[in-house]
Amino acid sequence: MANLTPELEAERVRICQIAKDAGLDCFETIFELITYDQINQFAAYGGFPVRYPHWKFGMEYEHLSKSYEYGLSKIYEMVINTDPCYAYLMEGNAMMDQKLVMAHVYGHCDFFKNNVWFSKTNRKMMDQMANHATRVRRYMDRYGIDVVENFLDVCLSIENLIDRHSPYIETSSVRQAPQVQENNYLLRVDRDYMRDYINPPAYVDEQKRRSEHEAYMKAHRFPSEPEKDILKFLMHNAPLADWQVDILTLIREEAYYFAPQGMTKTMNEGWASYWHSKLMTTKILNDSEIIDFADHHAGTMAMAPNGYNPYKVGIELFRNIEERWNKGQFGREWEECDDVRARKNWDLKLNLGREKIFEVRKVCNDVTFIDQFLTEDFCLKNKLFVYKFNKKTQKFEIDTSNFKAVKAQILFHMTNFGQPIIKIEDANFENRGELLLSHLHEGIDMQPDFMSETLKNVYKLWKRPVNIITVMDDSPQLFKFDGRDYTTQKLNEEPSTKTS
Amino acid sequence: MSIREDNNRFKEIVKGKVKEDLRKYVSKGELIGKREDEFVKIPLPRIDIPNFRYGPKQSGGVGQGEGQQGEDVGDPGEGGQGNAGEAPGEHLLEVELSMDELADILGEKLELPRIEPKGSKNIEAIKTKFTGLAPVGPEGLRHFKSSYKRALKRYVSSGTYNSEDPLVIPIRRDMQYKSFKKVTKPQTQAVVIYMMDVSGSMGDEQKEIVRLESFWINTWLKKHYKGLETRFIIHDAAAKEVDEDTFFRTSESGGTLISSAYKLCQEIILKDYPVNEWNIYPFHFSDGDNWSSDDTRVCVKMLQEFFLPNCNAFNYGQVESKYGSGQFLKDLQKEFGSDERLNLSQIESRDKILDSIKDFLGKGR
Repeated sequence: MANLTPELEAERVRICQIAKDAGLDCFETIFELITYDQINQFAAYGGFPVRYPHWKFGMEYEHLSKSYEYGLSKIYEMVINTDPCYAYLMEGNAMMDQKLVMAHVYGHCDFFKNNVWFSKTNRKMMDQMANHATRVRRYMDRYGIDVVENFLDVCLSIENLIDRHSPYIETSSVRQAPQVQENNYLLRVDRDYMRDYINPPAYVDEQKRRSEHEAYMKAHRFPSEPEKDILKFLMHNAPLADWQVDILTLIREEAYYFAPQGMTKTMNEGWASYWHSKLMTTKILNDSEIIDFADHHAGTMAMAPNGYNPYKVGIELFRNIEERWNKGQFGREWEECDDVRARKNWDLKLNLGREKIFEVRKVCNDVTFIDQFLTEDFCLKNKLFVYKFNKKTQKFEIDTSNFKAVKAQILFHMTNFGQPIIKIEDANFENRGELLLSHLHEGIDMQPDFMSETLKNVYKLWKRPVNIITVMDDSPQLFKFDGRDYTTQKLNEEPSTKTS
Repeated sequence: MSIREDNNRFKEIVKGKVKEDLRKYVSKGELIGKREDEFVKIPLPRIDIPNFRYGPKQSGGVGQGEGQQGEDVGDPGEGGQGNAGEAPGEHLLEVELSMDELADILGEKLELPRIEPKGSKNIEAIKTKFTGLAPVGPEGLRHFKSSYKRALKRYVSSGTYNSEDPLVIPIRRDMQYKSFKKVTKPQTQAVVIYMMDVSGSMGDEQKEIVRLESFWINTWLKKHYKGLETRFIIHDAAAKEVDEDTFFRTSESGGTLISSAYKLCQEIILKDYPVNEWNIYPFHFSDGDNWSSDDTRVCVKMLQEFFLPNCNAFNYGQVESKYGSGQFLKDLQKEFGSDERLNLSQIESRDKILDSIKDFLGKGR
């Protein structure tokens, strides 16, 4: 249970009440006071006290502790999406910092509890994670550390290949029979005596055969529709041992648990920052702390020319929305008004701002948030721009501050959590049981060395050759790993004739 | 904490990577000059779990601030807030390893056997070690904590302990003293005598190879012999003893009389290192050009009569140079065949340093 000092506990009670009065609706939140070493450990574990054993956590820990020891970074705040919510305060932080963290955390808690994208997450994940750890350890005892760890490496290599929207889709379990269209290959015949000339029997037979073949192929295609949840597909269909299926299952479960946090990063941080700022400056701070607060807050909100800061964009957008809805700067009349002065002085005194931001935090994710509320005025005011890599100068340079480009760039990064969209097209490719993946290319190539290594890992699961279609250097290509060789074939050219 | 386990796993993997690429580190001079308790920093490419991801260069991102089109924004890989989907930069991971660990890695990589020191049975050093507690001893070695504990136990068990007034007075019976044991430890002493041909035909690259190789040999031997001594001899037509710094810097010209070095080496051994007490490792590096076959015969004779019977192993490394004929190695091969006590190695280039170390130390002598 909580181990706060009496001073901190008193502040916690006060801040909790202030948050509640402001309208935040949180799970019960338990704060723990822990040392920097523990906080590094928990952070390496994604906020949880126990995870399955894997070296990647060790690497993360090494990185965090080094950064802390050298004074490069310090974790102030950590909170996990569970019920009750657990949050951590670091021993030895100044009182003002602790208060700031608490106010910030209540913002996150409210978001976890109320945002619809978190509604399907397991709120007992702490137990579940510990459970996963036990299972993995048991397999390690049984099959050997190296065997299990290698398998984990393979699974983690594809953990981003899930369908982030699938938890929210209610699917019917009834599979619809494919509708057969009769005779759609026949040409229209208006005069009966012309029938055999317009649709000669030989042609009809051929078309019939072809149509049947197509229907057959479609019915026998597996999967019948391209599958985005590749982890699930492999879980059910790859030739794996029971323990391997179990590990794949738990990796997938954790991936789905963490997915909403990726989908709402900007909103979540923006919301928490909005509230810590509001609560601290209006209710919590005493006069002597204001400078330190401003300093800390400004540090968190700083945005470098080469980095997108979700805290900054998030908080500014929420403030912008509040202001616009307070003043009634929305709707058709507002959109159609192009009188600069009128727009500037536009104030209908609706005071709907607070209500609106609560609604936004409930229903939006980052994509819809940016899509709906990032306006040209906002972009201009906040001086956002797009930078691109210039091949000539070998440098990242400012490309444009055009509103559409900025918005497209932000949205592009957020769609599918900034990950390439990859689907399983065919699990019986070439009629040889090969796996065919396709990458929906949206203008950016995948990193080739990572792609080849990942493909090899998929092979380790599928155990038959694995193919992926993507675009590389402006030409569609098929990459294939057959267990021994990694090969490339350009798709717009005729496949090289095989010598028999 | 279980993170320690994960951290150790990670470190093992890192060591594995270092081992894989050891050849690269061995043939670079940066690590030289470190003591065994010092740490070296080795840059490794970040160990990543591969996944399907966007390449970093094409994607770009969104930034904020003043600026005109075409202005440099700096590499987003460094610093800056990572955002969802922001392309990862090429992070370098810096691992810290002690020279001792590095020596272990070297040993594992080359599958070097542990060295069997000779003469260990003759010389023993006596050391004292604190091993436990005893009820008697000098006051200076009183173990306060356990004495207090025993006194406290006595108070509690006899019911005289008063938590209001927690006064505990130890009596004679409670006292505990650190006790020590005498352990005899076999003392192993070793000396490495490096000899190098500095005649005109040995160029800078050849000397650099010798420098690198001798550093790694020292690193390995230091693992086995605490207080390893090193001596350095340079020679062309005449030999002289120098310090380490001079050894690697001197460049002479003139002819080569290998026997001059061997004679000096023999003198040093006879004077300073009684052969039945010391593990002696002479290493000689040359490009293989000796002045005359007469001199080679003298060398062979000295090897047969003095060095081979008295040293753990005599090592000769021939560094390839464009001037050297490499005759000396052939002569030795002809004369000694595959004598266990003579290690011959040919070092064609930097990349061969590792193999050469294996030649020298692979027998565990």
